[in-house]
Amino acid sequence: MKRQDLLELATRNLRESVLRNSLTTAGVAVGVASLVATLSLGAGLQLMASERVQTSGLFDTVVVYSRRDIRGFDRQQARATSTEDSRPLNEAARREIAQIPGVDEVNPEIRFQVEVRHDGSSYFATVAGLPPSSRKNDAFEKMRGAYFSGPEAEEAILHLDFARELLGLPESDGPAPAAPGKPEDAGAGDAAPKARPESLMGQELVLRYAERVSMRNPDAARAGGTPPRGATNGGNSSGASADSASPATDPLVGISIVRREKRLRITGIIETEPFGGMRNFARGRVFIPLALAEKLNTVQSSSLRDALGLASNDKTYFSLLVRVPSPADVQRVQEAIKKMGFTTWSIHDVTRTLRRFFAVFDLFLGIFGSLALAVASLGIINTLVMAILERRREIGIMKALGASDRDVKQLFFAEAGAMGLAGGLAGVALGWLIGRVINLGTNLWLQSQGSPPEQIWFTPLWLVGGAVAFSVLVSLAAGIYPAARAARLDPVQALRYE
Amino acid sequence: MEMTRQNGAAVRAEAVERHYRMGESLIRAVDGVSLEIGEGEFVALLGSSGSGKSTLMNLIAGLDRPSGGAILVRGRDLAKMTPEELARHRRHTVGMVFQSFNLIPSMTLVENVELPLRFAEAERGERQSRAREALERVRLGARLAHRPSELSGGEQQRGALARALVNRPSILVADEPTGNLDSNTGQEILNYIREFNETMKMTVLMVTHERALAERYAHRILFLADGKLVSSGAPAGGPR
Repeated sequence: MKRQDLLELATRNLRESVLRNSLTTAGVAVGVASLVATLSLGAGLQLMASERVQTSGLFDTVVVYSRRDIRGFDRQQARATSTEDSRPLNEAARREIAQIPGVDEVNPEIRFQVEVRHDGSSYFATVAGLPPSSRKNDAFEKMRGAYFSGPEAEEAILHLDFARELLGLPESDGPAPAAPGKPEDAGAGDAAPKARPESLMGQELVLRYAERVSMRNPDAARAGGTPPRGATNGGNSSGASADSASPATDPLVGISIVRREKRLRITGIIETEPFGGMRNFARGRVFIPLALAEKLNTVQSSSLRDALGLASNDKTYFSLLVRVPSPADVQRVQEAIKKMGFTTWSIHDVTRTLRRFFAVFDLFLGIFGSLALAVASLGIINTLVMAILERRREIGIMKALGASDRDVKQLFFAEAGAMGLAGGLAGVALGWLIGRVINLGTNLWLQSQGSPPEQIWFTPLWLVGGAVAFSVLVSLAAGIYPAARAARLDPVQALRYE
Repeated sequence: MEMTRQNGAAVRAEAVERHYRMGESLIRAVDGVSLEIGEGEFVALLGSSGSGKSTLMNLIAGLDRPSGGAILVRGRDLAKMTPEELARHRRHTVGMVFQSFNLIPSMTLVENVELPLRFAEAERGERQSRAREALERVRLGARLAHRPSELSGGEQQRGALARALVNRPSILVADEPTGNLDSNTGQEILNYIREFNETMKMTVLMVTHERALAERYAHRILFLADGKLVSSGAPAGGPR
């Protein structure tokens, strides 16, 4: 029988017992709606989590460390700590990494402790240098004030909590903490709680920081190679010189730490840390342009190693942040950097676990969602078996008129499939509607709590198509037994049936 | 034993048996029947109730399979056919008419007549024109959209006749076609069957227990008793 004839006959048969078939189809629709609703919840939660991580700006970043710095990331790396095995993360490495195709920028991570002086008081804070590309981050879109006017502008952006601390305001709704180091007689104590954080805009603050100053070997420039007579203000380097390759020719024999001050103008206040605080370099209370931070040449965690002159005499970085145009480039660039002899880290390493979690989560949701569909499939079997009993004589007539067993089987399959298709379409619409209603209710509640709206329910296109296809498949599977039973009917017996 | 009016045999049965097991006992519904029906012959199968005539008719129509022997239709043994081949035999070679009409009640008359053409995978246009043509032939052209419940017994049987000939089969098998009709309507139906036999050269095998009708319309009468063929011969005076 032709497919079109088959569908016509199946539709006609379904219309004949419209109430029973509609109820069966409604059962399928409820099953599919339950499946769509539960999987939409999974998809919505996954989307929400992915968006959070993606807006953190971590998906397009590879963090590079020198192998000598990372001990314990894994055992293999922990062994590779000899100076021969591990390359220093210096300016040359930075340039080399920048040459890798697809790398947008390579920035060092610069964070340092400072003493902030403002309005006659002093505070301890961490300063972080931000590259110009950070401007695109969410945190700055909601910023009060303005971003840095230039790459080396002597300006600072404060975290709201720190701004409140400067003004003696409580960090949250709690009582105002006593401003550390603030003189009791400053007279600002009464006025401060009334000031708003925005009032700091345009004001100046002073950073007191530790500058790293290299100590040159006065003998290195001379011919010969007389051993150094020790640094002018530290003898440690001479102690290490016995094992050094050629200390006499080292132009650098150590570092000095010198206290410096920098005056900065406050241009903006941000409420959240850039990149959701997930990038080390963006964790701080005071943010300054990265180029300025580099210029300040502050003491970093790698400075002590530099002072020992373990690998080379130039300045090294604790870590470099490599930015690529899209998350798709991360893995390739990561591999290229690894081959250069460095240790890398990216959010993909973390999200792999996240993806695995959601795969299992979705599987469980799918299983629970399918239970209703499984029950509905029993309804299909019941309906079709009843139809066989009622249409026994009709099946006999069809066989007498030339219908083959296959024709009869296909007819029952088509009826099961049609119920599955109709139930699938109705179920997807119902599931989508349930999701919309729950989304609406959730957002109304979130709104009443003062939180931004969230889309916790999301029905992707693949789910729409997949649910309809699954419904048809389950219905066809449910039709196997009735169809086979109808096809097996003996026409002589069937024609005798009253 | 058999007498053929025509040269070729449309149907030949060779020691056909159809046995059923009912509990402990074996029912020999058809028991070693051999016969031959010629092309274009009109044969009436007579016998009392339970004589095996309907079973023999079902075997020739391809609705049932023999327990033994062979049934050759145009040289091919139905007993050796696959279920798909048997379905094809019923679809193209045989047209069937039943005592209880057997029209599908949920379909209109024209849809009922179109049904065999759907199984034969005829195109929609051809299907519709052939169904109308068949119905007009039995003077039901005005009742196409009527459901069987809206038709009289005679009209339903005429509709069933139209359905039987719509696939242009070479053999018409009729199982008590007048059994549910009054004598006038019964004659009308048999007139149609004779017309098809004569104009379309259709071989007719009709099961009946109305001897008078058989003698009036059939070329030959076969008598069955207890599953055996007991006599075969031309009706007294020949068909009128």
